[in-house]
Parts: sequence; C-alpha cells; structure tokens
Amino acid sequence: MRKISLVSLEPNRKGRVVEILGGASLNNKLMSMGLYIGKEITKLSHIGLRGPVVIKVGRSILALGHGMASKIMVEIE
Amino acid sequence: MIKKIYLIGNPNVGKSVVFSRLTGVQVMSSNYPGTTVEISKGYLRLGEERVEVVDLPGTYSLEPSSSAEKVAVSLLNEYPRNEMVVINILDATNLERNLLLTLQLVEAGYPVIVSLNMCDDAGHRGINIDTTKLEKLIGVPVISTCAVTGLGIKLLIERIKEGSPTVKKSLTNEDRWKEIGAIIQQVQSLEHRHHTLREVLEDASVRPLTGLIMAAGIIYASFKIVRFIGETIIARITDPIFSNLYQPVLEKLTLCWQESGFWFHLLIGDLIDGKIDFKQSLGVLTTAPYIEFGMVLPYIVAFYFILSLLEDIGYLPRLAILLDNVLHRLGLHGYAIIPVLLGFGCNVPGILSTRILESKRERFIASTIISIGVPCVPLQAMIFGLLGQFGGFYVGGVYLVLFSLIIILGLVLNRIMKGYSPELLIEIPPYRLPPLATLAKKLYFRIKGFIVEAVPVVIAGVLVINILLYFKLFDFITAIFAPFLKGLFGLPKESIVALVIGFFRKDVAVGMLMPLGLSAKQLFISATLLAISFPCIATFIVLWKELGLKDLIKSTLIMITISVIVGTALNFLIPH
Repeated sequence: MRKISLVSLEPNRKGRVVEILGGASLNNKLMSMGLYIGKEITKLSHIGLRGPVVIKVGRSILALGHGMASKIMVEIE
Repeated sequence: MIKKIYLIGNPNVGKSVVFSRLTGVQVMSSNYPGTTVEISKGYLRLGEERVEVVDLPGTYSLEPSSSAEKVAVSLLNEYPRNEMVVINILDATNLERNLLLTLQLVEAGYPVIVSLNMCDDAGHRGINIDTTKLEKLIGVPVISTCAVTGLGIKLLIERIKEGSPTVKKSLTNEDRWKEIGAIIQQVQSLEHRHHTLREVLEDASVRPLTGLIMAAGIIYASFKIVRFIGETIIARITDPIFSNLYQPVLEKLTLCWQESGFWFHLLIGDLIDGKIDFKQSLGVLTTAPYIEFGMVLPYIVAFYFILSLLEDIGYLPRLAILLDNVLHRLGLHGYAIIPVLLGFGCNVPGILSTRILESKRERFIASTIISIGVPCVPLQAMIFGLLGQFGGFYVGGVYLVLFSLIIILGLVLNRIMKGYSPELLIEIPPYRLPPLATLAKKLYFRIKGFIVEAVPVVIAGVLVINILLYFKLFDFITAIFAPFLKGLFGLPKESIVALVIGFFRKDVAVGMLMPLGLSAKQLFISATLLAISFPCIATFIVLWKELGLKDLIKSTLIMITISVIVGTALNFLIPH
C-alpha cells in the first residue's frame, strides 16, 4: 500500500481516497459530488504538466484543477 | 393545497427540459452543468388550480457551495412546507450521486416527488432501476421520465398531489453515502455492455493527445461550417430576396418621392450613383433591414446552429478541461470558456453565464475580457463586411489584435487584482445526441430572441442617426473630437459618429463607415476600435447588473484606456 496524490497517480490506475488535505469547504464540496474518504476512483488522464486531472468516480467523470488534485491523497496497491 | 412547485436536482439532469414540459415555457437547456443561471417561472394546471412552477439552478447538496446553489436553497424556504411540492429530478444514468440530494430533501421534511429522468439513456447503457423498490426505500413517489421525448410526464403530473412531508432522522453525509450504497445494491442492476463508439469518443476527448487533436478538428470544422452556412444563406436566399424582390419595390417608391426631401432622407437615405445601395444608403427601409437580415441574421443562424449542437452533444466541458491550464494564467479556470463562447454569439448571454464562475474576481475578469476582446456575431459580420474586400489579412489582423488583448488583459488583471481564482471542479457529462426537434426548437428560440431584440434597436438607431444627420446635429460632437481622432487614430472627423453609434449597436456602425471612403488602414483601425471600445448598450446594462456600479466603472476605464492605447499604436505602427 502506498499513499500518493491524484497528481502522481498514473492514468488508468485505480486508487482509494484516504485523505483530502483541504479545508471543510473543499471536503464538503467534493463530498456532495460523491468524492469522499473511502471512495474508489480511477484516474483517466492528466492534461499537460500543471493542467487538470480527470477521474472517474462511480458513474461520474470529474475534472479537478491541478492544485485541488494535489490535495487528494489516494492509496494504491 | 399546493401553491408552488420547485424543480430541484443536480446540475445537468434535465431540470429545464422537465420545466418546459410542465409549463410549456421554453427555456434554454444544454448538455453541460450550469446552463440555468436565472430562475425561470411558469404555470402548470393542476385540476382547477394554476400552480407556479420554479426551475432552480442545479445543486449537488442542500449545503450550498456556489452562489447559484445558494439561490436554489434559499428559494426553497420561501413557502410553508404544506403549500409546496418539490420535484427532485434525478439522472437515472448516475443514480448513486443524485440520491444524496434526495435524502437531504426527504430528511429536511420537504414534500418530495422524484422524477427519475433520462431513463431511456440509462436503458441504452444497460442500467436497470427498480423504481417500485426505490420508492419503498426512500419513502417518496418515484416516476420514470424521459423529458426530452415527454415520456412519463403525464404520470408525474398526476402524482404531484401525493407529495407529502415525511419524518426522518437527519444523517451526516458519510452515513447518507452508506445508506445510498445499500439502496443502489438493491435497486440497480447493470448489464455488461461492450464499449460503444460513444464511450470511446467520450474517453478520447478527455485525454491530452487525442483530446487536443479532436478539439483542433472540431474548432476548425465549426469555423468552416459557420462560414459555409452563412455564405450559402446570403448567396442563395437573402441577397436574391433583397435585390430581386425588395429593391424593385423600393425603386418604385422612390419615383413617387422627391429626392433629398426629409422623408426620402429618412427612409431611403442617399442614392449611391443614382441607385439604392443597401450597404451605404443608410435609410430606415434600406440599410437597416439589409444589415440585420442580409448581413447579420445568416451568420446568427449558422453560429447558433453549431453552438447549440456542441452544447447539446456535451462537448463544451471537454474543451474546458483542455483549456484550463491556459485560462488559469488569465485568472480564470477552464469553465470560463463557456461564457466566452456564448459571448461570440452575443455578449449579453455570455456575461450572464459568467455566473457559473464562483468568485467575483473571476466574474469581473471574464466579463471585462468578453466586453473587450470577444466580438459578437453582428460585430464579426461587420468586420468581414468592412475589411473582406481587402482580403483575409486585414480580417485576420483584427482577430489577432483581439486575441492578444484577451491574453494580455487576463495576465495583467490576474497579476494586479487582489485574491486568487478558485480551481476547476466540474462534472463532464456523457455525450448525448440531441433529437433534431430539440435542436430546431433551441435554434428557433435563439433566432427569435435576436430578431426581437436587435431589429427594433437597429431601425430606431438608423432613424435617430438620420434625423441628427439631417439637422446637422452631429457637427458639434465631430468638431470636439476631430483633433483627437485625427491626431491619435488617423481617422477623419466623421468617423466619430460611427464610433458613437457603435455604442447602441455595433452593426449599425457599418452603414456609417462605408460611405466615408476610408482607406484599408483607417477601416482596420475603426473596426478594431469599434470592437474594443465600448460594448453595445445592452451589454453595458447587463454589465452594470452583474458587476455593480463600482466594477462597471472600473471595467469602463479599462476599455477606454485600452482603446486609446491600441488605436494610437495601430495608427503609428501600421505603414500607410
């Protein structure tokens, strides 16, 4: 088990969210969109060097800005 | 008794389509989150009663995080619970995420009816939902609907009366997600389907390399198609009508009037080489209708056809993620591409849709950029009309100046404005092929909007200009501005009239500039100045409403400064 951020996760890999390093407002926002601690996600892509990260959560596809993605820590096998 | 019905749901689940079905009121709907930025109201007949239906902006939760969400939630508490019903619209293709809001609504004690929308699409994707079981588990009526085709809407209306408040204990969001997990297990079954072409394309458009290739192709094709449709309409429909049908009628009329009289001047304008010239005569019956119907309308049709298609397919959010990186440097994030694209049609809806951006700072930057650097269709038609004769070099030049201004302005504003801009966080919708009837309706709606708003202003504008010209009332303004115009921009004093008129409507100004016999360089400078100086009056009013007086003044000062600098720079840099 390794803990890395969504930015470092490689495309097409799965991970489980273990920590969201942000304030309550970010946590709430992501929580209401279905992204919360314990949720399994698949990273789809990363646009450019400092561009957004695209992930699949359940049946939704979410795009998150680079800074936000770097605050979401996932656990991988 | 029910007095009010609220439509609430996550972004992009088709609330506005359900709203149109219930009330018959046509509202804009597209396949991207945040189409609805204004609250629309309509009426539904329920037995003997006429009940008001309110379409709320999409929200993920009752604990709002954006300004649009806050509006939605505060409106819900305006009426006593026993006099209202909340129709919670869910996207059946993404039931799990949608249920959080449903549980929150039920727990808060609202009388809820669930409309499980897009069930046809769910079927295509191999998702089966047991609605009876779902109804039992969440304790409120659940009706399958497909609002685009109207399926299930009748049943939904019949069951509205069943909405009644339930008592349920309040959970935390963590517990709600656990409960939702359990509900999904029981009501949803997935059939395994092979990846369809649609899913392959959905995937390709969010990956860097394939995404960029697709974006370049789509943007290029869009430009080509808009020009092709616009030019075809002009060559095949509008020009023949004007020259073969309308002109002979007008010429008969002119024979009855004495030339150079007041009415002749007002309605027909000046004869160019003894003939009516639709582009230059500048009469209420000649140039005014020609500009609107013969020059601008064909491109309005073409532009909105392509924009509506891209909106409804669901491509725009994908463009947003590709451009996020660049827009971030301008103090915006990728989603700002949506107001910008709408602004290319007309700045008014563009600036209104900046409400999808979270912070005031972003809204200021986006609105200012749109007002200065994004030319609307009438303005673009004018740029082509004025400069097309000198070749693509000049037309392209105006676009290049505008594009550079957007970039420079964004970079500078992002540097000097306080605060920082929030980051992109959006949901990418699946591709959907819009039914042709839906697309046609939307196009009709937009074209009608253009005609209703633009034509009266253009006619009134030409009328007023002609009266002022006839009584030589412009001479005063031209005298004041003459040294300024000549010295800085190298323009003759008469062109100030066109620049002032541009404040009312950009497309009227074309008729003012044409007869002046300007050189290519002078036309280039005036077209650029018209684009960047002031937005038209309609945009100005919206800017005021959206930004407030203080920011409007700030934005206006930026516009004036930039116009003076750019106009002067072009005048001194471009060789004669």
